Amino acid sequence: MNRYPLWKYLTVLAALIVGLLYTLPNFYGESPAVQIAGAKTSTKVDMGTMTRAEQILAEAGIQSTGSSFEMNGPVGAVRLRFDSTDTQLKAKDLIEKTLNPDPQDPDYTVALNLMSASPNWLSALGAHPMYLGLDLRGGVHFLLQVDMQGALTSRYDSMAGEARTALRDAKLKYEDVERNQLSVRATFATAEARDAAAEELRRAMPEVTFTPGTAGDTYTLDGALSASAITQVQNNALKQNITTLHNRINELGVAEPVIQQQGADRIVVQLPGVQDVAKAKEILGRTATLEIHMVDDSPTATAALSSGTVPFGLVRYNDRDGRPILLRRQVILTGENLQDAQPGRDQQTQQPTVNLTLDSKGARIFRDVTRDNIGKRMAIVLFENGKGEVVTAPVIRSEIPGGQVQISGSMTAQEAADISLLLRAGSLAAPMHIIEERTIGPSLGAANIRQGFDSTLYGFAAIAVFIILYYHLFGLFSTLGLSFNVLLLLAVLSMLQATLTLPGIAAIALTLGMAIDANVLINERIREELRAGLPPQQAIHLGFDRAWATILDSNLTSLIVGVALLAFGTGPVRGFAVVHCIGILTSMFSSVVGVRALANLWYGRQRKLKSISIGQVWKPKQD
Amino acid sequence: MEFFRIHRTIPFMRHALILNLISLLTFIAAVVFIATRGFHLSIEFTGGTVIEVHYTQSAPVGEIRTAIEGLGYSDFQVQNFGTSQDVMIRLPVRPGEDSAKQSETVMTALQAQDAGVQLRRVEFVGPQVGQELLHNGLMALLFVVVGIMIYLAVRFEWKLAASCALANLHDVVIILGFFAFFQWEFSLSVLAGVLAVLGYSVNESVVVMDRIRENFRKQRKASVREIINASITQNISRTIITHGSTQMMVLSMFFFGGPTLHNFSLALTIGIWFGIYSSVFVAAALAMWMGIKREDLVKPVKKDGPEVELG
Repeated sequence: MNRYPLWKYLTVLAALIVGLLYTLPNFYGESPAVQIAGAKTSTKVDMGTMTRAEQILAEAGIQSTGSSFEMNGPVGAVRLRFDSTDTQLKAKDLIEKTLNPDPQDPDYTVALNLMSASPNWLSALGAHPMYLGLDLRGGVHFLLQVDMQGALTSRYDSMAGEARTALRDAKLKYEDVERNQLSVRATFATAEARDAAAEELRRAMPEVTFTPGTAGDTYTLDGALSASAITQVQNNALKQNITTLHNRINELGVAEPVIQQQGADRIVVQLPGVQDVAKAKEILGRTATLEIHMVDDSPTATAALSSGTVPFGLVRYNDRDGRPILLRRQVILTGENLQDAQPGRDQQTQQPTVNLTLDSKGARIFRDVTRDNIGKRMAIVLFENGKGEVVTAPVIRSEIPGGQVQISGSMTAQEAADISLLLRAGSLAAPMHIIEERTIGPSLGAANIRQGFDSTLYGFAAIAVFIILYYHLFGLFSTLGLSFNVLLLLAVLSMLQATLTLPGIAAIALTLGMAIDANVLINERIREELRAGLPPQQAIHLGFDRAWATILDSNLTSLIVGVALLAFGTGPVRGFAVVHCIGILTSMFSSVVGVRALANLWYGRQRKLKSISIGQVWKPKQD
Repeated sequence: MEFFRIHRTIPFMRHALILNLISLLTFIAAVVFIATRGFHLSIEFTGGTVIEVHYTQSAPVGEIRTAIEGLGYSDFQVQNFGTSQDVMIRLPVRPGEDSAKQSETVMTALQAQDAGVQLRRVEFVGPQVGQELLHNGLMALLFVVVGIMIYLAVRFEWKLAASCALANLHDVVIILGFFAFFQWEFSLSVLAGVLAVLGYSVNESVVVMDRIRENFRKQRKASVREIINASITQNISRTIITHGSTQMMVLSMFFFGGPTLHNFSLALTIGIWFGIYSSVFVAAALAMWMGIKREDLVKPVKKDGPEVELG
């Protein structure tokens, strides 16, 4: 009766092997690495960059022990691993020199870094070490609140512009169109004008609900966004802010930054290893720097360009291919006037385009400038790290009213997407401010790991000694079961790539402390059956069977708590809850199936079992 | 080795009334402490800035105080944290000044006194975040209590469910009472600990209830009181061993886990002991006062139609 079919043993064995494999990467520690990321949003880091870096190293005879490429949001990063810090430093210098021919204007950030030292065959299996939380490795944590009101205000500003254009295009008379708090108010002299305008506006702007009214002796039309359109605006704002943050943080050369949405209007930014909070904050909070200038293509300017001088009133920038262009100093528009940039296609030619949306002020200026400069070129300059670069310099074909600008020309769909990302990246869609901030020094992080690990180890050792003394062989089974539980728990956490924090370590310890409950229940039950005079084999069988219902009940109630913590907890509580929940599941498996397998393996084959080693079973005297 | 050589059933329920009265008094005392003294809430809940600094020698707490007073703060705390070289400074939120500025000005002032001072940790929490955390914590508590009651009502029966939930809420309130009385810092991890205790002590009650049900089935003639006594007696050695093991782990966290896990393990320790007490003396006794019967737990084998009593 105490025999498992072969498949059950195999299941336990498989769980053991998988557990070992996936826990293994956590023990290799970290080895020195070099990280390559784009210094500008215009620099693309991809698989090609990795091959190039490998070539550079191969030519110089430097051996790298592994390389990886990872997309983090919209931006990529290449990491190369080395066996010693010496080679790491050499490789860094070499790569930096080769990739950035001009140290004053670097295309790439090349930074020293640490990378998991687990062998490549483990990484190929998808076995990666757990991600350590900031409290364990040190770093900066920010919680940013996105000002959605700001995003909506600017959306309404541009809606006012759209409405004006729509009315003008339809040749309808209006007195004024302005943003009024969070709505667009159009005023008219007569009720007829208003009704005609309402019809036109509803057609032109379907996402806006217009309600007619009167104010004094004028007739008004109030436009408000529908609830779904507002959600749309907010989602876009959040997404754009996250993209912008990604681009900016990339400059810091931080390994594995976390930039995540939290709730409807918050963004979490975690920068492991960063200690300079002031610098991090400055980079996060940088304002938009996008400028539009006129290009000077006159013969004198071209001559000056080829002779390398810059005439008065002009300024020289390079375009994305490194060709110099002379621009007029005067700034026509800045990024503040740009509301959106999206890739698209021309409706007639089907050519890829970049579609810009300007706010009302920008639209007015743009109309005037384009009207006066047909046939000339206009340059959009993006400033990063205080250095400008011409993103695109299209020719003005006709007057552009209404603030809807389409840039077309010889570009691929990918280029169009890149340019629109660049244009958007310069600006935050909505203002943000920091509402929570945590800086943890690296020494504190190391101390936390050590303390967490020590307390778990000592606690585990104490329990193991006690339980083996008390239950003898069955105590040893229980201890092995507990170790199996830790192994599975770590493996599952590594598979899920969960973030391990100090509360998470506490949860591992507590899970172990509570998992012993199942073993005690089983062992006590077996003793009880023995006390009642049952033969050993039957006692083992009934002990496991009867304890199961209780184990299930008690674990399910603990699981309810875990789920509640997971649902309502944030930050440290969540870290605790994840480990707690997974730990409950693995402990059920390891104590019920795993320990049973051990007991079966040991005792199951002995037909005439006289006694089992479960400590002393004391029987009360019959009185 | 065997600790418990129990000759006969221990009459746990003999003094149920007195013990329940003591429970009630402890509970009321805890509520009074919570109401009058309140909690020493951590910065996570109140908002503000915490700065942790490290000195090469033992830290001059008095001088640090004067330095911060010099910056115009009145409501702040400076205390040793872990060792005599580590100091934790808590500053309230000041409108118009963000945490970076606060920590910078404080660090400049401290460095003027002693150049060897080292910044270990800065934590800033805006006031609105704290409010949300409090709200979420209460929601989690509610969810846990309701969830467990529903589960127990389905799995057992409403009288046992209600007495379990009451007994365990009593544990939680008493832990909170301890934190209020001693003004220990109540942080997010303590909250996690308190909720974990709730699950843990329900767990304990469930084991006892399971046994009660089983014994109702087995011993047809015994009285309710005898069955409760027998069930607790049969379980007592398991109760002590399990809790002893968990307590070992928690003590290990208490002594080796550093300051962050200190209050967490403190909450767990109180929870474990009151968990044992409440599942032995409170939960079962409450079920007894509520008039639990054999028919409540043991469904009749023959279905007699609709007049089956549900209790």
